[in-house]
Formats: sequence, C-alpha cells, structure tokens
Amino acid sequence: MAKKIIPKKTPMPEQPPGERVKNFNEVPYGYTAEQAMAEAQRCLQCAKPLCMTGCPVNVNITGFLKLVADGDFRGAINIVKETNSLPAITGRVCPQEQQCEIVCALAKRFEPVAIGRLERFVADWEAAQVDLPIPQLRTLTGKKVAVVGSGPAGLTVAADLAKMGHHVTVFEALHEAGGVLVYGIPEFRLPKAIVRREVEYVCSLEVKLVKDFVVGRSATVDELLEEYDAVFLGSGAGLPWFLKIPGENLSGVYSANEYLTRSNLMKAYRFPEYDTPIARGRRVITIGGGNVAIDASRTALRLGAEESIIVYRRSRDEMPARAEEIHHAEEEGVQLMLLTTPVAIHGNENGHVKELECIKNELGEPDASGRRRPVPIKGSNFRIPADIVVIAIGQSPSPLIPKTTADLKTGEDGVVTTDNETGKASKKGVFAGGDVATGGATVILAMGQGKKAAKAIDEYLKTGQW
Amino acid sequence: MYKILKKEALSDVTKLMVVEAPQVARKAKPGQFVIVRVDEPGERIPLTIADYDPQAGTITLIFQEVGKSTMQMGTLEPGDELITVAGPLGHPTEIQNYGTAVCVGGGVGIAPAFPIARALKEAGNSVISIIGARNKSLLFWEDRMRTVSDELTVCTDDGSYGRKAVVTEPLKELLETRGKNSIARVWAIGPAIMMKFVAATTKPYNVPTIVSLNTIMIDGTGMCGGCRVVLDSGAQFVCVDGPEFDGHKVNWDILLSRLRFYVDQERVAVERWKHQCKLDSAVAGAGA
Repeated sequence: MAKKIIPKKTPMPEQPPGERVKNFNEVPYGYTAEQAMAEAQRCLQCAKPLCMTGCPVNVNITGFLKLVADGDFRGAINIVKETNSLPAITGRVCPQEQQCEIVCALAKRFEPVAIGRLERFVADWEAAQVDLPIPQLRTLTGKKVAVVGSGPAGLTVAADLAKMGHHVTVFEALHEAGGVLVYGIPEFRLPKAIVRREVEYVCSLEVKLVKDFVVGRSATVDELLEEYDAVFLGSGAGLPWFLKIPGENLSGVYSANEYLTRSNLMKAYRFPEYDTPIARGRRVITIGGGNVAIDASRTALRLGAEESIIVYRRSRDEMPARAEEIHHAEEEGVQLMLLTTPVAIHGNENGHVKELECIKNELGEPDASGRRRPVPIKGSNFRIPADIVVIAIGQSPSPLIPKTTADLKTGEDGVVTTDNETGKASKKGVFAGGDVATGGATVILAMGQGKKAAKAIDEYLKTGQW
Repeated sequence: MYKILKKEALSDVTKLMVVEAPQVARKAKPGQFVIVRVDEPGERIPLTIADYDPQAGTITLIFQEVGKSTMQMGTLEPGDELITVAGPLGHPTEIQNYGTAVCVGGGVGIAPAFPIARALKEAGNSVISIIGARNKSLLFWEDRMRTVSDELTVCTDDGSYGRKAVVTEPLKELLETRGKNSIARVWAIGPAIMMKFVAATTKPYNVPTIVSLNTIMIDGTGMCGGCRVVLDSGAQFVCVDGPEFDGHKVNWDILLSRLRFYVDQERVAVERWKHQCKLDSAVAGAGA
C-alpha cells in the first residue's frame, strides 16, 4: 500500500514572540507523544537511509523513528544513546537542516522529517520517566584517562571511554560542567537543567568530575601524563576575538563570551537575586553574523533592551547563523543592519560607550571562504547611538595549555594540530577534539570528533602503539 | 567544597582566612590569585593568594569588605565552606636577585605584597618595603613585612599611625636619596589609584615598576576578556597575561573607568544585603 505523504513537518508549539522576549524560558515547548508519533510516521523508512550518513555521530535515525512511530519511546531512546550520549542537547542545538534533514528523501519535494525535534522528544520523554535504566556494568581495563574540559567533546569522550571500561576523570575549569553548553548557549535555547541532566548521565557511567581545576595552572598536561595513560584535550575555543578598532575597551563594550557568560553561567539576568551584574542598555548593538551574535542579541531583548541591532559586514545570505535562529530573532524584534562594518566606538566623558561608527559595504568577489567579500564604500561613514556593544566575531583556543605543554604543536590561531581520523596530537598520549582542534565549529561536530578520539584512545590503551 | 580553617579580623573591614585547597596550595607561587565563590548565587571573586602551605594543603586569603560578596564572605566562620576556589591563576611574580627591590603595599594590597617581598628576600635581594593605608585601623602585617624587609616605612594618610603621608612620598625620597641606579625594581600592589601614582612617581627615574592589577573578572581563565587592560602595545587580559604588568605602560584612565562600570549595581547589591542582614537579626531577635 502506497503511503500517503504529509508534505509539512508537524508544527512544534512555541512561546509567542511577544511573550518570550519577557522571559528566559525555552522558546519551543516540544512535541506531545501524539505529535511525535505522527511526525515519525512521515519517515519513509528508506532502505539506504542518507540521514544517518549526514549525522556526525551516525545516530541510527530510521531505526529510532520506526520505534517512535510505534510508540516504543524506551526502545527509541536506547537506539539514540547507542551513539549519542547527549540527545536532549543535540536535539535542540544541532543544525539538522545542514546535516540529517537536508539529505532526507522527503526533502527533495517536501519538508524533511523533523528529526531534531524527535530526538529532543525521546530524550525529554526518558528524563520524565521515574525508572531510569541502570547503565550496564562493564569490564574494567585499569587504564586511566584524563579529559580536559566538560563541553560536548569532553563529555562524549568521557562517556564512550567509560562504556569501554576505562577510568575517566574530567577536569573542568569553571564551577559547573558543560562548557559552552552552560556559559555560551542561553537558557531560552538550551535550558541548563537539561545540560545538568546529561552531565549526570555521563557521571552515572562512573566518570569522575573535578571542577575548579584549570589545566595549565592547577596541573600541566605533562603532570597529568604522569598519572594518566592518556589525555584528551577538549578545552574549547575560549579566547574571544576583538575588532582592534578605536574605543573597543570603553566601559560597556563586551565580548560575546563575557556578555553570555554573565547571563548564562552566572545568571546575571536574575540580578540582584544572583550577585553577578550585567549592564542593561536601552540600545544594544551586537557585531557579527553567527549563532553567538544571534544569542547575544536575543539575550539583550530579554534584559530589557528597547532596540537590539545586529551589525554584520556582509549580506543576509552570507550570515553563518542558522536560518531558524535568525528567524526567531527577527520575530522577537532584533533588527539586522547588513553590509555594515564598525570602524570605531565613541565614548562619553565617563569612558562609557555612546556611539558606534560604521561604514557601509557593497559585495565584491568571493573570498577564501567562498562568501562574497564586503568592500567598504568610501565616505559612507555614519554613527549609531549605543549603550552596549557586544562583539561576537569569533574566538580561538586559549593559549594556556599549548604554552604550558612541552612539544604540543599548534597551527593558525592556536588551534591544536591533530590527525583528522584519530584526534592524535603531536605529543604521545595526547588527543584533542572539538573547538580546540578546529578553532570553532558546532556542538555536534565536537561530539563527532570526541567519538573518533574515544575509539583511537581505546586502541592506544590496548596496544600501546602511537 | 573548600573548608575555612581559620579566620582573623585584621581590621574592621579586613579579614584573613586560611582555606583548605590542596590543589591550589600545591602549585601556588607569589603573585598568583584564585577565584572564589561564596554560595550558589554568588559571583566569582578574584583574590590574590596572600600565603600558601603546600604541606598543609592550605592557602591564606585576605580581603577587604568593599561589596556585597566580600561582606557576605566576611560573615563565614571556621568550619564553613567556600563552594569555589579555583587556581592558582595568572603568572607568578618573576623572582630573581635584582639587587635592591622596593615593595609598596597599600591597604589590603599589603597582603599580596608580603609573599613577593619574602620571595625577593629569599632570592638575595635587599628589600625596602613601604606599607600604607588611609588610617591605622586598616593597617596589618607590619610585623610580617618587617621580618622580610631590610627597611620598612609605615605611613597613614591621616597620620593616625606611622608617618603621615601617602606611599608615594617616602618612595620619591628613596629615589632621590639613593639615586635611581641603586633601586633595580619597584613592586606596587594596592588600590588602582595608588598604583597609578606609584608608576607616575618612578617614571621620571626610569625604575621598572611592576603593578598587580585587580580588574573586574569572571572566569579567570582568559575566556571572557572582561578584565582587559590597555597597554602601550594594545589590550591584554589580566587573568592570563597578568596579573602583573609594567606600570609605566598601563592606560590608567581606561582601567579606572572600567573598574567603576558596575558601581550602581554594586550599590543595589550592598543595600539589599544590609537589609537582609537587618531582617535576619530582627527574626533571630524575635525568636530569642
């Protein structure tokens, strides 16, 4: 019997824009069981599913969708967790439209199956159950691995290695585990309770978590190697870039890292109930076109900004942010000022930001990234009043670990040099993955690298071969 | 959790705490700092390590109750715990035998000046120390500073103890009488405004002057850039590039402006805290 195709995704209910800009609660509510089953039934169950190949951690997508369609949610989450230890997170923050959903057979003529929403659904379903399954006992190998950083790469490596029977200790510099998931991504996109839940799951695999431990200072990588058989570096890209324009160090100019860390990790949006303050400007300008810029501009609205403006040097088509995020931001009232490059920040007599001076651009020939290059239009300078300026133009790995580790090679922008397939660094016993090895990518790519590295670490621990 | 083992009031508003933090104590060196958090809603407070004992696994912190967080920390007692002590952070002081070194400590800055003076002395330097505060009640550790200094001058702004002077006065006299070549290096730790004037005092004599900056900070690991300081060569991060810098190269106006950025919120937090304390004591009084 030919299956009747439903052309569109089952809509996911969400907070209306006018409401949600007044709070930090998550925007989409998630599917109900009925909605999830209906959406999963749209899957054609292809014999050779392409969706799986589009997934950096190769989740058995058709397998889990089949079980969701049948209402076997326990079975479905078990399949997801075979390859993905953090499904509630990836279901929310993965760019599915560029990975699994873009290659969905339905996508050629219709909307693809909402794979991300369904992954989120099964993970949330499991969290709501009282009888959580006890992780399987494993045979212990007696080998010890130190994982530096508890972000997406570190948590994935830790979970996979623990399942293989190795003793894993995760070292985290901050007071809460999760890395960019807790300091960078806002509550309204990824509730911190969900990150905590996924961290607890990883810890339930007998992974030891040591917080407040700054590798490079509290102990060096060389010192860790005296105690551990292997070290995985998943320390992220923590060093924020600045524009190097005049006025950048005025009060009221934030790096996106600082603005978001204050709001997310330190909960400054709840000041004075929480101690960490954050400046609440009437007019907030965010510079940059990626997901981080979108997160900052949406945070500004929730902190009470009357106007939240994104200044980006190229056009909308070149913005690296996810289309869905740009859409959400515009719905909420974020304004895009495109083809505009900041050239200076002007302050008042107290050293506070007062205006951003910009120049207009036109698009020229494509540059090395394949995107059309912005070319400044001479004499088009203009000024925009601003109370707060947030710089969200990217970041690179912190130099702390490379500087304090003997023989650890780094490339451009301090990125740790690794072998693509194994994550092996230039130093024996040291592996790396995630933003520290790429310079800045997505949560799921970091997890994909973590999975590869876990396999390679297991191999190294078994054979001793480097 | 990091247990408080000892507490001492060095003045009405200056407290000393010895805290159990073996992973910090094992690695700590003069000039480094830690990030401390008092409770879950608490902010991350950078505090210079005033002393450390790797054998006992303890560090000594000295802080002045200037804002809500430090006032709250001051209410903790031995047996209580801090929920975060991360470190040691920042570069240690570059200790070597320079010849004659001057250590200037102002107010609560006397605390971090002590381990530096001690290390300089141990490295063979002749150490001249100048410590000062607004008044007598804010002074502490004169005895400890004396044990590691060849000469010590104590001054107060109001003359309530020692010489009535700000620290730059005896410093200038020293530079004049000894001649600039006899003093190899000056360290200055204290309020930003004091460090600014110490740097201005030594500049005409061209004596290298190291200042230890205590800017606004969150993570302390180079991630947020909130602590950035502008030098002749551009911006640097106090947490990972410092906390010590060449005082002659610091743009003090930007530094002072950035330090004042949250002054309104700080006032709100302090008022809220005092109100809460009053309520608590009223409730306790009613219960008794």
